[in-house]
Amino acid sequence: MAHEPILLWTFVAVVLGGIVMVAALTKFRLWGPLWHDWICSIDHKKIGIMYIILGIVMLLRGFSDAIMMRLQQAIAFGDNVGYLPPHHYDQIFTAHGVIMIFFVAMPLVTGFMNYLLPLQIGARDVAFPFLNNFSFWMTTSGAVLVMLSLFLGEFSTSGWLALSNLGTQNPGVGLDYYIWSLQIAGVGTTLSGINLIVTIIKMRAPGMTLMKMPVFTWTALCTNALIVATFPVLTAALALMSLDRYAGTNFFTNDLGGNAMLYVNLIWIWGHPEVYILVLPAFGIFSEVVATFCRKRLFGYTSMVYATVCITILSYLVWLHHFFTMGSGASVNTFFGITTMIISIPTGAKIFNWLFTMYKGRIRFELPMMWTVAFMVTFAIGGMTGVLLAVPPADFVLHNSLFLIAHFHNVIIGGVVFGLFAGINFWYPKAFGYKLDEFWGKCSFWCWLIGFWVAFTPLYILGLMGITRRVSHFEDPSLQIWFVVAAAGAGIVALGIASFLIQIVVSYLRRDQLRDATGDPWDGRTLEWATSSPPPQYNFAFTPVVHEIDAWWDMKKHGYQRPLTGFQPIHMPANTAAGVVISGLSLVLGFALIWHMWPLAAASFAAMILAAIIHTFNYKRDYHIPAVQVTDTENLRTQQLLASHV
Amino acid sequence: MSDIRYQAAATGGTMSAALPAREFHLAHEPHPENGTALGFWLYLMSDCLIFAALFATYGVLGRSYAAGPTGAQLFDLTLVALNTAFLLMSSITFGFAMLSKQRMKVRATLGWLLVTGLFGLCFLALELYEFAHLIHQGAGPQRSAFLSAFFTLVGTHGLHVTFGLIWLVVLMLQISKHGLIRENKRRLMCLSMFWHFLDVVWIGVFTFVYLMGVLQ
Amino acid sequence: MSAQDVHGGAAHGHDDHHHDDGPHSTVSAYIIGFFLSVVLTAIPFWLVMAKVIDDRGTAVLALGSFAVVQILVHMVCFLHMNGKAEGGWTLLSTIFSIVFVAVTIAGTLWVMLHMNTLMMPGHGEHAAAAAERTPAAAETPAARQGYGGAATN
Repeated sequence: MAHEPILLWTFVAVVLGGIVMVAALTKFRLWGPLWHDWICSIDHKKIGIMYIILGIVMLLRGFSDAIMMRLQQAIAFGDNVGYLPPHHYDQIFTAHGVIMIFFVAMPLVTGFMNYLLPLQIGARDVAFPFLNNFSFWMTTSGAVLVMLSLFLGEFSTSGWLALSNLGTQNPGVGLDYYIWSLQIAGVGTTLSGINLIVTIIKMRAPGMTLMKMPVFTWTALCTNALIVATFPVLTAALALMSLDRYAGTNFFTNDLGGNAMLYVNLIWIWGHPEVYILVLPAFGIFSEVVATFCRKRLFGYTSMVYATVCITILSYLVWLHHFFTMGSGASVNTFFGITTMIISIPTGAKIFNWLFTMYKGRIRFELPMMWTVAFMVTFAIGGMTGVLLAVPPADFVLHNSLFLIAHFHNVIIGGVVFGLFAGINFWYPKAFGYKLDEFWGKCSFWCWLIGFWVAFTPLYILGLMGITRRVSHFEDPSLQIWFVVAAAGAGIVALGIASFLIQIVVSYLRRDQLRDATGDPWDGRTLEWATSSPPPQYNFAFTPVVHEIDAWWDMKKHGYQRPLTGFQPIHMPANTAAGVVISGLSLVLGFALIWHMWPLAAASFAAMILAAIIHTFNYKRDYHIPAVQVTDTENLRTQQLLASHV
Repeated sequence: MSDIRYQAAATGGTMSAALPAREFHLAHEPHPENGTALGFWLYLMSDCLIFAALFATYGVLGRSYAAGPTGAQLFDLTLVALNTAFLLMSSITFGFAMLSKQRMKVRATLGWLLVTGLFGLCFLALELYEFAHLIHQGAGPQRSAFLSAFFTLVGTHGLHVTFGLIWLVVLMLQISKHGLIRENKRRLMCLSMFWHFLDVVWIGVFTFVYLMGVLQ
Repeated sequence: MSAQDVHGGAAHGHDDHHHDDGPHSTVSAYIIGFFLSVVLTAIPFWLVMAKVIDDRGTAVLALGSFAVVQILVHMVCFLHMNGKAEGGWTLLSTIFSIVFVAVTIAGTLWVMLHMNTLMMPGHGEHAAAAAERTPAAAETPAARQGYGGAATN
């Protein structure tokens, strides 16, 4: 590390930052509350918030990688080799992809689903609260392993899917860090998928049939079905690669019968549904936002549901379009090219539904709506470049070019990231009791929107000219201007991220002015807006009964009256340390396997099994909130509501 | 509902006299159905997909002998038939354990679980013997892609059986300690699903790996 | 498909949900299932060990069919699979999974076998036949590249 000034200074910054945080926690005596109220919490709302915090923290790391890449590519021409040697550059683009997909987008999406689903369906928590806590800590353990690779050893250089340098051809800890962080996080994600499906199926409020669920709940159901159906394939593919590396097997080797392309095939069977896992919840967020801010019921609810289900199933039938050039031949390529084009149809149907909802609606251009409109334009264009890539002959020219990079950033940023920002601005008041500052939110929005297009349009052009991805140095100086423009775009996005962070801080400082006292700051339509902001621990003092789609809107229309007395004790699950303990042990196991510390690996594995078994001997996992406490909480809310109407 | 007083609509909802009154709250504590069985079934479906990936891998690499031994040369079908018998017997004895559970007979349940465990142990022992024998012959997982795929697919199934046995022992301890309480009955049901699922996977294994592997 | 019962009554114990225990097992289901499984296992083993069927394709089909039937027997008799359990969600998720399993296996085989034939001459029977028919084909860049060429990944 002494030879790498970037790493050295990052390490120094992390250590200093860590000391400051530990000091602050100690000074304000926050260790106790941190442990009891957050780390051991099985409350879906707290877990959802923790997922989102994880995602935002990792966004800063992943974006730093992006800035470093843009900078390198803007200056490294001819004699100038730039400041990043190729080995380091390779780790950066690998880390950028792994972090953004697995530790930014997935946690953010999971965090939203965790926070909202029980509230939207009128339930008190998810089906398996302990498993929920465990899933979060497994994801975090994976993230910690990736961050450790920055200082202890190195990270993988094989790209975010490890398509090259397989098995024994790339010894060293980098690829092992990659494998184990993904395996550990993958367990968390799969269990979370099972958890949320059962929650939606079993715990809906009475009267809420499937076709009366909020659209976000529908997209969450389909997303989690995809998670359960595809993450196992990732697990298997990574396991086979680890066997090649640790046990000398021959799955993906060049000799003794191995077939490296089999890995590519398996990993993309997972990889394509993964991007739909990311984007479907974003579609759900947009549906909620559009209906609320156009003050109209969502157009074509039924077709939205069917479109979502179609996308879910079709997403499993397109994976080969990621490797048209690998040589399966014309018949195979044609089939997958056609399925890829077909999948754009239900997506298009959704866009038309949103547009028809907006038509003749009374539109309020608050921040969530602004993000939504930006999404519609940006994502539609990105989708179109996808349909272009779906044509195999075109893909033979554009595969792994910068055109591809621009395409997937176009749909992921335009779809997933914009959706997440819409969601953050929309539901922040619900989670924290005050709205987000509008001025800084608009700064963030415009910087992201303009910055994105400035950063990626040059990449489309470069891709069409034939420039390949993952290259850290170029010979042709006529290309430089494009890379400089792209770097400027990245700088504008950086301003957008900075504005977002400032927005959070400023909103906290101005929280009294931005207070949401009613629990329903946007005149919302779904059940989460029926609770206070933030909701009480138990969500609903009385379980709602549902009669129509947009249940809360229906309640308001019918002169809903909130009960003032008659509260009963509420049955709730208890907090537990088992999740963080077992996940911590998995972190030790992963680390031991990476560094070939066999005794430690065996011991931590045994300890994990033992801890899990001990946990099953605990049968007392719940308690009751006394009626008195519920009454006090509800009385507080009554006073708040009365005060807000003075 | 007589014990609940309502707050007049202070939330700004528009009151429409023409719309009939509706009941918007449950007066009593909600009782959602328990989701453990469905959740565990979904986990089994995800496990199905891991095996699907492993079967697909075996399908692709299953003839890549790398000039080494083939399935026809290596597989001892009598041994496989015996193992299949062990697993099938264990499935039926687990079924008898479930019947005893239904009749709330703790001792009978534990007895049948013990027999199941013993059959499972025989299965594992025979499989480990088979693996050891193959490795001794030079036909270990490193020899060729076919053998890598074979050992991984069959070995993963065996690993699942091993974890099932550990779970069985733990559950037997918990039943003898707490009896057939609701929580333990639920866990038994999950283990039962797991055990039968492993037998289903084994049908795939002995058909597609062993029997078809011997065909020439 | 709302999962709640809306009946009133505050004195609702937590223990009277007998349907929490899962599907009801019967002796006959297990005995019939066991007997069928024995038969459906014995026949395939006999077919292979006694080398009853000559044609490999037919044998594969027969063995596969016996496996499918036996899996169904296990699902119905041992796993108590039916359309009513858990509001039909068990059956739905099973069908969903079977579809995905089929796509994964069939898709992988289709993709990889095509790829092996075209990209690694000598590994597929077609490649050898094709090379025989058109000697020039063996000289094409694709054939020369084999694995490790630019066309991969």
